[in-house]
Amino acid sequence: MSMNKKLLFPKSLIVSGMTIFFLLTSIHAGYSQGINDGDMLTIGILLILGVLVIGVVVIASSNAVYATAMSGKKVRQIVEENEDGEETTINHIEIKKGMDILLKGESEENIEDIHTSRYALQPINYHDILPIPKIVPEDGSELLAGDPLFFDKKHPDVFFVSPVSGEMAGIVRGPKRAIHQVVVLADRDIKFRKLNSPDVETADRATIREFLKKNGGWPLFRQRPYNILPDSEGDPRDIFISTFNSAPLSGNMEVKIDGRYEAMQKGIDVLNRLTDGKVYMGMDGRQGVELPAELVGLTGVEKHYFSGPHPIGNVGIQIHHIAPIKKGDIVWTIGVQELITLGNMFLLDRYDARRVVNVAGNGAESPRYVRTYAGADLSEMVSTEFEDSSLRVISGNVLTGQKKDENPFLNFYDDQVTIIPEGDHYEMFGWLIPQTMRPSASHTFPNFLFKGMKFNVDTNTHGERRAFVMTGQYEEVLPVDTHPMHLFKAILAQDIDRMEGLGIYELVEEDVALCEFVCTSKQPIQSILRGGLDFMHLEA
Amino acid sequence: MNKLLKFIKENEPKKGTLAHTLYDGFFTFLFAPNETTTPAGVQIRDRIDLKRTMVIVVLALQLCYLFGTYNIGHQHFVALGMHTGFLEGFHLKLAYGLTKLLPLFIWTHVVGLGVEFYFAWRKGHSIEEGFLVSGALIPLIMPPDLPIWILCLAVAFAVFMGKEAFGGTGKNIWNVALLARAFVFFAYPTTIAGDQVWIAGFEQILPGAQVDYGWWQTSFFNTLFGWFGWAQFDPSASIIDGFTGATPMALAFEGGWERVTEVYSSSQMFWGTIPGSIGETSKPLIIIGALVLLVTKIGSWRIMLSGLVGAVVMSMLFNLWGATEFMNVPWQDQFLMGSFWFAIVFMATDPVTASGTNFGKFIYGFLIGMIGMIIRIINPAYPEGWMLAILFMNTMAPLIDHYIIESNMKKRLKSA
Repeated sequence: MSMNKKLLFPKSLIVSGMTIFFLLTSIHAGYSQGINDGDMLTIGILLILGVLVIGVVVIASSNAVYATAMSGKKVRQIVEENEDGEETTINHIEIKKGMDILLKGESEENIEDIHTSRYALQPINYHDILPIPKIVPEDGSELLAGDPLFFDKKHPDVFFVSPVSGEMAGIVRGPKRAIHQVVVLADRDIKFRKLNSPDVETADRATIREFLKKNGGWPLFRQRPYNILPDSEGDPRDIFISTFNSAPLSGNMEVKIDGRYEAMQKGIDVLNRLTDGKVYMGMDGRQGVELPAELVGLTGVEKHYFSGPHPIGNVGIQIHHIAPIKKGDIVWTIGVQELITLGNMFLLDRYDARRVVNVAGNGAESPRYVRTYAGADLSEMVSTEFEDSSLRVISGNVLTGQKKDENPFLNFYDDQVTIIPEGDHYEMFGWLIPQTMRPSASHTFPNFLFKGMKFNVDTNTHGERRAFVMTGQYEEVLPVDTHPMHLFKAILAQDIDRMEGLGIYELVEEDVALCEFVCTSKQPIQSILRGGLDFMHLEA
Repeated sequence: MNKLLKFIKENEPKKGTLAHTLYDGFFTFLFAPNETTTPAGVQIRDRIDLKRTMVIVVLALQLCYLFGTYNIGHQHFVALGMHTGFLEGFHLKLAYGLTKLLPLFIWTHVVGLGVEFYFAWRKGHSIEEGFLVSGALIPLIMPPDLPIWILCLAVAFAVFMGKEAFGGTGKNIWNVALLARAFVFFAYPTTIAGDQVWIAGFEQILPGAQVDYGWWQTSFFNTLFGWFGWAQFDPSASIIDGFTGATPMALAFEGGWERVTEVYSSSQMFWGTIPGSIGETSKPLIIIGALVLLVTKIGSWRIMLSGLVGAVVMSMLFNLWGATEFMNVPWQDQFLMGSFWFAIVFMATDPVTASGTNFGKFIYGFLIGMIGMIIRIINPAYPEGWMLAILFMNTMAPLIDHYIIESNMKKRLKSA
């Protein structure tokens, strides 16, 4: 509310207003004294007047801008009384900006167990580690689930551990000898290494941190800004968890949790030991969503309910609306299934990398949920679709995912596989008279009249890349108080002050994915942002 | 269709040649490309692309074209005192309008696209869509009697200096179409100012002046219409007594609203059967175009609304001031004259040259409204201001954005 006070008659506005009044009267006087129409003086005064008018409006607006930036967001606090008469407050944040892309091929709610024969960790999934990490086990050696596979020379105390037990099957290199995959041939039945975890309640923070680094718990977290592996030193200000995903076809988180609420609670207890700040949990507050009682009953977290269109489920958007990241802040985020793995490290004393993944998309033969392990081989999990070259198998959702071909393994942080047709075909006058229905934010298509309609999609770009032309598109789908287009231009110009000022620390790729989707000029926004984040990280 | 595609593909010229640039331009015009999304990043893309965005604007302009064609002929015959009713001699008016508008349209595109293709070839990028809209706008903002060579010079200047010098579509500072108009305005002031240019078909707009018909009218259309037994062009006709050819703006500058209403009625001005630039006269048709832009969200409602508010505020202020007769024109009647509607709907909303921030658009539009009205009423040389106001605000738009971004940055740093 303090912002609104500022809007009322700033001094500069009054001063400029009086100047203009003075000028106007002097022009008036000039006219009545017979200074003629063609007189240069009038034109000169008019020019000054014009510049002054601009000045006034700019000054007035710089204050008013606060107000517009705050609009489009509603924060409510609902006080609820339960049966015992205890009062609990519910923080509810409603956001208008964004866009839900409704697609065909939603996963049916049945879970199939698929244990593929190969699993892999991909060093390229983690930002801020060197491209050639040091491999620990020799080829052919026997591994237990939780045995270290490699470590990064920049963080020599952080081990990346095997998700399954089996035989070390070697590495696959990419360009410049970078290691892209570390492959493990899995046993039929997973054997777990005993971790000897410390007691969460009594152990001190340093012990827990050492334990996590040594046993593969560290890479479960991601640190913001930059969305990187957490630094070896330094505690996070807060830790954030988003318990729902609003991306297209991302499935139901309740199914993905698969009853493992006890591990979640244990994981939250661990998080509380790792930070002096709070552990925040973003809850699904959208209409028509009923949250399971176990999820609502989790303790030790501050819950915030969110409603609105995608990207409302993105943890970055939630952070922005709960407690924004400022310069110098460090916060951690962790996904729900990673949290479960973390909890099980203490609860069951083993590194259990089980993931429930949903297979979806209009190219998927049977959209369903699959119970497997992190880094599963997609060429086995969805073999028929994978072999079909007219289909694209994506690890992740259609907005932020990655195409899988030579590297067939599920990315570490992904819990979704999307399969859609490739769109490598020409379309006659496709820009003028479209022959297929495709999702679009643009009102030049009648789509916006049919709310709730679901679309088939393919990977066609529907146009060629151009310079930035349209304005105001990104703002519509990014519920963050910034000027996205100017931020992206600042990144391209490597203007550090402006990147910082426009809040590059608050954003990661997934948050701007919708901007990239709606972009008329087909700009690669996500990779532009990644370039900016890497640049800022390097400069820091 | 696949056969056609194969045939076209087989005839693809070598890359780097002018022929390839042309081929690529026309091929992507015919077929949406088969490009697919990159392995990382978004896997699906919005259906919209720049071609479609641009073509919607061109479609929104079509009604203005239709009416512009008619109105060239209508004004011509009003000067002759013949067929003065709206539907009388409709075919003659359309035919006459076509003979005037088509050359403007064709030459605009020949010159503009020529420059565009040349640069696309030399710089090795594909042909960009920017000129679709500029090329559709330029004929509409020119007076009907503009000599073709001046038009060609203006278009070449605008596309070269206004766009290609800055790197092409999306990178220009000033509105290309308005730059062409400004070029004509400053380089050939006598052709675009005064009362002489708004009526097509005469050497001089003076009572008794003989009409100046060419082969198209006397031979082609007269023979054609003769077959049907319709009315024909009369090469011996001359301008009737008392006709001046002045636009409402010029009249208002001369003697205020009373002088205007002596010659034109309000409904004439509203529907657009008045002399003026080709596309700007009919307000309802421009508003239909505006609705198309607003519904498709291609034109910014922020700019249009704040522009209207700015112009209303300024004309009300002038009413209060009331030093000249022009200032005393009732504020609501200011909107019946001149090219305000066309400028604010189609010119000010150009996303490249307008302010890029949402709040900046309010300021930008508001100031266009105010400054345009100031220039219209006070500028002694030429009683219309939107061209200069918009070009001026194009220049200022980055400054507006700068301050808005600064305020956002300051707020973020303050909270840190």
